Amino acid sequence: MAGDVHNKGVSWEVQQNGTLAPVDRLREDRSESPTPGLVEGTEPGAGQKSAMFVHSQSFEDLTADSEVSTETHPEGDCALGEAGEEALCLAAKEKIQIELQPEVEEEVRPESRSKEEDVGSEVWRSRRKHVFVLSEAGKPIYTRYGTEEALSSTMGVMMALVSVVEADKNIIRSIHADGYKVVFLRKSPLVLVGVSRTCQSDRQLSRELQYIYYQIVSLLTLTQLNHIFQHKQNYDLRRLLAGSEHLTDNLLRLLDRDPGLLLSAVTCLPLASSTRDIVSSSLQAAKAKNLVFSILLAGDRLVTLLRKKDQSLHHMDLHLLFNLVGSSSSFREGEGWTPICLPKFNTAGFFHAHISYLEPASDLCLILVSTDREDFFNLSDCKSRFLERLNRRNAYQALKEALKCPSYSTAQVGIPELRHFLYKSKSSGLYTSPELPLPYQSEEEQERLMGLYQHLHSRLHHSTRPLRSIYQCGETENLIAWVTSGFELYLCFSPLGTKAQAVAAVVKLLKWIRKEEDRLFVLNPLTY
Amino acid sequence: MALRELKVCLLGDTGVGKSSIVCRFVEDSFDPNIIPTIGASFMTKTVQYQNELHKYLIWDTAGQERFRALAPMYYRGSAAAIIVYDITKEDSFQKLKNWVKELRQHGPPNIVVAIAGNKCDLSDSREVSEKDAKDYADSIHAIFVETSAKNAININEVFIEISQQIPVLDAAGGASTKGFKLRHQPSESRTRTCC
Repeated sequence: MAGDVHNKGVSWEVQQNGTLAPVDRLREDRSESPTPGLVEGTEPGAGQKSAMFVHSQSFEDLTADSEVSTETHPEGDCALGEAGEEALCLAAKEKIQIELQPEVEEEVRPESRSKEEDVGSEVWRSRRKHVFVLSEAGKPIYTRYGTEEALSSTMGVMMALVSVVEADKNIIRSIHADGYKVVFLRKSPLVLVGVSRTCQSDRQLSRELQYIYYQIVSLLTLTQLNHIFQHKQNYDLRRLLAGSEHLTDNLLRLLDRDPGLLLSAVTCLPLASSTRDIVSSSLQAAKAKNLVFSILLAGDRLVTLLRKKDQSLHHMDLHLLFNLVGSSSSFREGEGWTPICLPKFNTAGFFHAHISYLEPASDLCLILVSTDREDFFNLSDCKSRFLERLNRRNAYQALKEALKCPSYSTAQVGIPELRHFLYKSKSSGLYTSPELPLPYQSEEEQERLMGLYQHLHSRLHHSTRPLRSIYQCGETENLIAWVTSGFELYLCFSPLGTKAQAVAAVVKLLKWIRKEEDRLFVLNPLTY
Repeated sequence: MALRELKVCLLGDTGVGKSSIVCRFVEDSFDPNIIPTIGASFMTKTVQYQNELHKYLIWDTAGQERFRALAPMYYRGSAAAIIVYDITKEDSFQKLKNWVKELRQHGPPNIVVAIAGNKCDLSDSREVSEKDAKDYADSIHAIFVETSAKNAININEVFIEISQQIPVLDAAGGASTKGFKLRHQPSESRTRTCC
């Protein structure tokens, strides 16, 4: 097992990204009604102290990461790799048809993971998004649908495509054919391939593959992964990943549905700021020597996050923790203790996470992350101290009350045409969004709405022609998206509204968020 | 009543039912769609054994290979280890033998070993005969039971047998100061009445 993580060796990541986090800012400095000229750090939802998360230019940060890695790749320094933007599009229609033979329109989606699914069946072919992970020897490691064994020849072809292009000192980024996008991500010693017929951009798909890559790294560390394949090139990695398939499955589901992963942000449990402050300070008091992060979750929402001074958590690492907790019922019983690598913090070592629910039937889950593998009982003790303090200060009851309404409806905003919105404060890395209204509650509609947001997001974050704002009319809804240096905003209106109404709604919504920011965001992140 | 803490760890291949056994013992429940344990899970249960209270500190470990290197952390200092195999999977019984070897080499010297052949409700697809397993368990002086977490067969019995095999407290040495005091007082009072 790789060495434990220590804080020293990793601070470079934080510094390299630069601290764009706002310096201490008093409440009086905040403008009453936000304007486009708002500077980052003063937008609604911006934290008042230093930011909780490693500051990242969110989306760009991630894609930049992939571009750097392609450049450092021995065969990656071709012109295309350097440009980094233009995907290598091979119009290889015949090639892809060997694999897919599309043209299937019907939508079949049983909820359960269909591992037994026949890879030759129509159901398998008609899946909206496939994800494959293979080793550089072409050995299957993971498939979202069907079994890996049945796909060994298909994955062999994928590796062949990668190798053929690399033989010419080029990198294969994607293939577009017949409504499908095949996106390749080369992260030595792994190769990830996404096959999608959604309207997501190559960049977004590639970013989803990165999430899957980091999910695997979080289980093993990159050091161990490299070590394994250096010793045995044709190692069957499924042996080491056994029992973790549901984590990857669940992560892919989150990527399809959770706006937080799209926005590179997390959402908070609406909570009176006085209560949240008590929860935070109680957690702050329950510290231990090797404790690096304490995270309290309510389902998939953040209640508060404490961190060691000078250490920040990357939102991607936090999403991996959310996914770990959300996809394992096993933490419900007893107290969990598991090694976990937080790859955006350090790909070389393991942290050790104490994961437990405050009560067996409660949604409140406490994650305590330590650098010491022998720290279980210390952290268990931290948890009891935290609970005791919470009870003593009468905050536990208030917290449980708040859990009864973990979300809010769009109606509270008071804009009749507005159906739904996403608002992200860039400096705090937090977003807020109301519950999905009636027309979007089914899974299909939820994913369709996410698809619309994804499309707008890809326009705002286009690598060569990014937009500041976009208004889009459709048959079933009108959408507006707007990005400034301080925030990102996506609104969904009824199709009967006008553009003037939409623009007026933006201003009104921002005022409302400013008014409610105490409740919707963690404004006072604390450190130990 | 004296309270004794007994650290017990569960070892064995993935999917044999370690968590199900613990779940049945601690909460008397069973989930057929249980998800593989990640890392390890810690639970406690206190039961009365003769005139003592035994508090089991149970470490339910994950059976997957990637957690293998962490196992010593859990069996180190354990009073007992329950090694579980699946009676419908010969392979899991072979893996069990490796665990026994590892415990003999690196485990605490006096650790009580219990072998549990789980899923005995599925005897139709049995691959490991009860006799073979029993013979093996006898050869290493281990407790042996066939269990079913699903039908609650022999689950409590495993823990009772462990309690039976744990050295008694008031044997010279090894007793905690707390236990010593509690035992000492009555004898003192008896001396007084005598005089």
